[in-house]
Order: sequence, then C-alpha cells, then structure tokens
Amino acid sequence: MEFFGEVNIDWMAKKWYFLCFSLVVTVAGILSMIFWHGIPRGVDFTGGTLITVKFNEPVHEDMIRSALDKAGVKDERVQGIGPASNNEFIISLGQSSADEKALDKGKEEVFKALNNSPLAGKYVDRGSSIVGPQVGQQLRNQALWATLYSLLGMLIYLAFRFEFIYGVAAVVAVFHDTIFTLGVFSLTNTELSLTVIAAILTLIGYSMNDTIVVFDRIRENAKIMRRESMRELVNKSINQTLSRTILTSGLTFLTVISLYLFGGEVLHGFSFALVIGILIGTYSSIAVAAPMLVAYQGSRAARQGRLAESKAQEKRRDKVRA
Amino acid sequence: MNKNLKGKTVAIIAILLVFVWGIFLGTDPKASVDAMRKGAAERGVAWGIVSGIGQNIHLGLDLKGGLHMILQVMVDEAINSDSQRAAERMQTSLKAKNIPFASISVDPSRPDRVVMKGVPPEQSSTARDIASEQLSEYDMSSDANGALFLTLKPSVLRDNKTHAVQQSIEVIRSRIDTLGVSEPVIEEHGLGENQILVQLPGVDDPTRVKDIISSTGMLEIKQAFGNNAYPTEQDAIAAAGGLVDKMVLPGSSIGSSGASGYYVVSRNSVVAGRDVRDAEVTRDDAGRPAVNFQLTGDAGTRFGEFTGKNIGNYLAVVVSGKVKEVASINAEIHDSGIIQGGFNDQSAKDLALVLRSGALPASLHYLDDEVVSASLGRDSIKQGVTAAIVGMLLVMVFMLIYYKGAGINADLALFLNLIILLGFMGFSGAVLTLPGIAGVILTIGMGVDSNVLIFERIREELRAGKVPSQAVDQGFGHAWLTIVDTHITTIVSAAILFLFGTGPVKGFAVTLVVGLLANLFTAVFVSRVIFDAHLVGKERGEPISI
Repeated sequence: MEFFGEVNIDWMAKKWYFLCFSLVVTVAGILSMIFWHGIPRGVDFTGGTLITVKFNEPVHEDMIRSALDKAGVKDERVQGIGPASNNEFIISLGQSSADEKALDKGKEEVFKALNNSPLAGKYVDRGSSIVGPQVGQQLRNQALWATLYSLLGMLIYLAFRFEFIYGVAAVVAVFHDTIFTLGVFSLTNTELSLTVIAAILTLIGYSMNDTIVVFDRIRENAKIMRRESMRELVNKSINQTLSRTILTSGLTFLTVISLYLFGGEVLHGFSFALVIGILIGTYSSIAVAAPMLVAYQGSRAARQGRLAESKAQEKRRDKVRA
Repeated sequence: MNKNLKGKTVAIIAILLVFVWGIFLGTDPKASVDAMRKGAAERGVAWGIVSGIGQNIHLGLDLKGGLHMILQVMVDEAINSDSQRAAERMQTSLKAKNIPFASISVDPSRPDRVVMKGVPPEQSSTARDIASEQLSEYDMSSDANGALFLTLKPSVLRDNKTHAVQQSIEVIRSRIDTLGVSEPVIEEHGLGENQILVQLPGVDDPTRVKDIISSTGMLEIKQAFGNNAYPTEQDAIAAAGGLVDKMVLPGSSIGSSGASGYYVVSRNSVVAGRDVRDAEVTRDDAGRPAVNFQLTGDAGTRFGEFTGKNIGNYLAVVVSGKVKEVASINAEIHDSGIIQGGFNDQSAKDLALVLRSGALPASLHYLDDEVVSASLGRDSIKQGVTAAIVGMLLVMVFMLIYYKGAGINADLALFLNLIILLGFMGFSGAVLTLPGIAGVILTIGMGVDSNVLIFERIREELRAGKVPSQAVDQGFGHAWLTIVDTHITTIVSAAILFLFGTGPVKGFAVTLVVGLLANLFTAVFVSRVIFDAHLVGKERGEPISI
C-alpha cells in the first residue's frame, strides 16, 4: 500500500503565506499573553488550593458553589471534570487561602462548608493539592531554565553536526512552536499545569525530530546535487521526505488523539497541547526552518555577489587608471 | 553481511530475556514471586502477574495516590542556636578570666554573628585570643565603638546550614519509619534552598502525618527568671527589664505550671535540639506519666555546670518555642532529667518519640502539599494505560496494513522497545509518573518514525531499481544517519532536562532517554536482523514485502 508517489510541490514559493500565518497566530498569541488573558497558569504555578471531590449522586456546580458561599469561602472556582455523569468536581481557591503558615486553612474551610450543607456525606475526597506561592515560582523558573538550556544543547549539537545556521533555524522553529502553543493556550484561556509543561517538552522533542529529518535530507542532497540552488534543494528534500513526514505525524497524532479521548481528565490539558504541538511541529519544519535556510543562503549569495561585483569594478577602475 | 545472523539473533533474545526478567522479577526476584503468589491467591492469576509487575515498576504518587509535601527548613534558627551557644561560652570564658563585659549576645538581625559590647579596650586582645582559641569557626572583627563581632566563617555557615537540612531529613525519616509507610521518599528538594521533599505513598490522611512531623519542634532548656507566668506578653517584657539576654516565651497549654501566660527566660539555651541522646516514658513520684531524657556527654557537662551554679533558681523546658514546664533546680543534674506533670499517656509517649528521634535542629514551614487519593491514582493509571495501549494498537495495525511484511518488523521493534523500557524501570527503581507516560508516548512516536524513515527509504531505493538486498542495505545506511541525529539531539536535550529539572520534568526525561536508547537498538539493529533473516531465504532479486 502506498499513499504518496512522487510529489513536486514548490514549498518555498509559499513562504509568504507561511510567514503570514505564523506571524498572525504568534503575534495574536503574544498580544493575548501581554494584554488579554496573560499565560493562564494553574495552581501548580500561581500557588493556591485545588480540591477534587466526587459525589455519589448527580450534583450541579451551583449547589457546591452556594454551599461554599454560604459558609463564607471566598474566590472559589468550581469546575466539573469529565462527563456530567461523572459527578466529579475540582474546587480551586486562590493564593490568599494558602499562605505559608496556614496552608491547610482553605482546604479545611471547604470541607467544613460541604459537611454543613445538604451535600454532607454524599462525596469522597479524591485528593487535594496546596501549593505555596514560593514553590510555584521556583517550578516556573526551573522549568524555563531547563528548557532554555536544553535548546542551547540542541543548538550546539546541530551546529557541530551540520552548520551553525542549521542549528539556529531548527531552534528558531522549535521556539516558534513553543510560542505558538503558549499563544493558543492564552487565546483559548486554557490553564497551564505542570503536565502541560511536560507536553511542551514533548512537542519540542517532536518538532526538533521532524526538522532534523528534513535537514538531513538537505545535507545529503547537497552532496549529490551541486548545481541546484538552495531553493530547489530544499523543495526537493521536503518533497522526498513528505511521505515519511505525513505518515509519522499521522501515526503520532493517532497516539495523541487516543490519549485525548481515553486518557482521562488529568491528561486533558496535556493531550490538548500535544494535538496542537504535533500539527505545528510538522508545519514548522517545512514552513519555518527550511525557508530560513533558503533566506540565509540567499542573503549570503547576494552579499558575495555584491562583493564580487565591487571587486570587479575596482579591477576595472584599476585598469582604467593603468 | 549475513554471517553473524545467528549470533545477533541470540544476542537479541538474551537482551529480551534480561529485560523481561526486569519487568517480572526485578532486582528482588523472591519478593516479586511472593507478590505474584499473594496476588494470584487473592484475585486470580492475572492479578498475580499485575502484582508481580507492581512490585518492580514503581509508580509515582500521581498514579499510586499518597501525600507529597515540600518543607522549608528554617535554617537560620539552627544557626541562631549555634551562635547562642558560642555567646554563652564566651561569657563563661571571660568571666573565668575576670574580663568585664556589658553584654554578649547574638545580633538580632544576623543569626550568624555574636556581638560583644563593653569589653575594656586594654583587655580586648585577651578576649580576641580566647575567642580564636575556643571559637575557631568564627572570624573576629571590631568597630569604632569598641564592640567586638564574632562572625561565623562563610564556609562553616554553609556547612551548618547543609547539616541542619540533613539532620532534619534524618529526624523526619526516623519519625516516618515509626508510622510504617512503605517506600517513603524523604530527601533534599533540589529546587529551592534548604527545602525537603517528603513523599509518602498510600497515605490518605495528611493531617495525622503532618501533626507527627510538625509537632516535633525543638527541645531547649533555658534558665527561667522566676516561675510566675505573666498574663500578657507586655507584662512579661516589662518584668524582664530589657530583652538583651532575656526573652519572653508563651507557655504551652499542656504544660504543668499554668495553661497560658508568658514566661521570662534566658535568650541562651543551656541545652538545645541536638543535645538529647535518648528519651522514654516514665512515672513521676506520684505515679503520673512523665518523660525521662538523657543528654549527650558534652551537653551533660554544660547542664551539670548550669544546674550546679543555679540551685534554687528555675529552669524552663521549652518545646517548639513554647514553655512546657518551669521547674526549680534542686540539685546538680548531669546527663539526665525528667519532664513531669500535665501529661497523659499519649502526650508523654509523643514527646518521648519526639525527643528520642532527635529534635529537629530548626522548625519547618510547609510550602506545598498535595494529596492524591488512591482511587484517583487508579483511575489515572487505568486511563493512561488504556490510552497508550489503544494508541499503540492503532499504530501497529496501520503499520501492518501499510507495510505488510515489513510492518511485522516495525511492530516487533515497538513491542521490544516497550519491554526494554519497562524492564529498565524494573531494574533501576526509576519511578513512572504521568509525565513519564508522556515520555513513553514521544518514544513510541520516535520509534514509529525510525521505522517509517527506514521503510520509506527502502521503498525509494526499490523504486530506483535496486534489488531488495541492496535496497535494504542502503535504506538502513541512509536512514541510520538521520536516526542517529534525531535521537542524539533529543537525548542531549533530555539529559539536560534531567540535570536541571526536578519532579515532572525529570520523570519525563528519564523515560525519554531510556526509550530513545532502546529505540536505537530496536529500530535499527533488531529490525535489520529481521530483514536479513528474511532475505537469507530468498533468491537475489525476489521481491520483499514492504
């Protein structure tokens, strides 16, 4: 069985469309991060309290909310998880309820409120998470630095194996994917939790993998086809690897979709990030990394051309003088 | 090309067996077999196998359920009590040499500095000599007003802080051990300074555990100025007449002499956290529960000197910064004493446990705590595993349809990859967490990718008119370079994540690195051997199924 025969698409002719699309989404994402939703961070990062409770009979979010309000619990958010028949809810409290001395206070209040309401005895405590503000900040910084260091490590390895510009292009593409995904999270106001960080790390790995496959082919073709321009070389390499690109992303997508559908609530944000990540990771190899190589070679050629021309002019002038 | 086929096949089977051993028997085969037998007896053979695997593959708290806490050790308190002891030694030594001084006390703004005021200028060099002889870990300096400063050397300060954290870990561990929690993690938390990570699988009731950890503050014995309790803090401060050498502490509600109220005690402690050697429940003369404690040699000498000089005065037993008891000193006491009155059997037992396990060198603040109920953990793992299996099956079926015969190669490689990954976890004791499952998924993705790369390349070579054996050879040859580059790049980044990351980031990195190494082996080496074995039985030029 075979889906793809020979393809001959001029990818580089579409680079302005790619640039437009990437710019529109990333700029919209960045604007949203700055002016609109920010980067919506979960309790893992901001500090606060999360309590998961499961009821043994149908309960509406409003019933929980009113029970809490009556007891004077402030700033709570109640969110159902899974299908409604699940009767499972996450109650989250802001940071003020989790100061370092009385970390448990908010949690105790919630349970007291529930036990004093008609809901008493109809639920089980499925777990809770109380994060002090300090820990959230540490985690955020540490995840950020670890990611930046690992990008640097990849840049160095690629510069060593290929050329420096290849490393730069690959890292820029991966960076683009990260900003893109964070932007989508911000635009859709989906909260970032620690597992989402793991997903972003996964998408970085995936996107990098995809880019290197294309680069590898470019390097290989560059050895055999010395006549072709960089643009033709890149087009050809993308086309040659296209069937593998689509197969691999399709199959990985299959895994991620099954995670999204069967993985349960805890993995929801995680698989959401991966669904975006795989699409964008595949896209960026073709639409971001490869055009950068072409643009770089183009500008270098132009510079060399100008240099050669000015040298020739000088020679002519010399001749005239002579 | 095919000469070593037999050897290679044997090697592959041997490696397979080793990792299968890792999954089912792990590093402790006897325990695994026991777990299997027990499981099988309880809920049938299938459950027995699951129990055996569970014995070897450790699940993180997010999958197993349990309590996760991050504690901050207030190390400055430990440094402060060191400095207080230094101040006290200085006082004793100067008194012995008849050198007058106005005050020697810990700088309230810097716990690592002792300030000596009012030493006459002509005798300050003698004082310096005493300090450098007795307190060699301190640096001496002075200011224009003639005050002398003893500052803990930076390297010693760092060591002492580390020591305080280490000691806290030991103390917490010995307490947790008495609770009988299996496989607790109590270690330094790499993320912040002086923090401890505590993970207790299977603990559903955090309040009880936290009570036991946090009720275990510091034991100190201080001189008490009178045995009367003042109703308010202000009254006590007024009565103390200055808080240079003295301080005011609240009474503990369980204490014998007065439920509430404030006491005036010395700022310096005669005995502090690490001086207690042993403690046990005993009975006082009236037959009520009491706690008997024994001091270490050094502390015993100090305590003896103090009590000898202060017969008729009072001492205060302070636990966790609260006055537990104020008692009059009736005789010189050396290395043991009794804290009495006001206890019931339980509270006496608790205090003895606290003292015996060595008091914490400093108090603890909770920064973070997370409880995952066992039921939520079970749901997560069920869903995670279902998703992973469904995803993998879909991929495998597709590979079979799309690549036919070669699809079997890919499927075998994927399967083997998973076995190596799980087997490694069985041997190494690495913990599988939700982010770890993410790493497994990326591994599956890259495993599929390696196979697709190779197969597409072989097809390309076949289209270019090469005979199968040559096409396989060159397909692997070309794809190999790409696979090495993609894998090493990802391994480099995962290794960096492992080094700089903690918690979820680290769990992800571990499974990813192992998965990718396994992948290099299965997708390239194993798959190649299967191809070769397949080609051996064929005529040159006979088509292969791909």
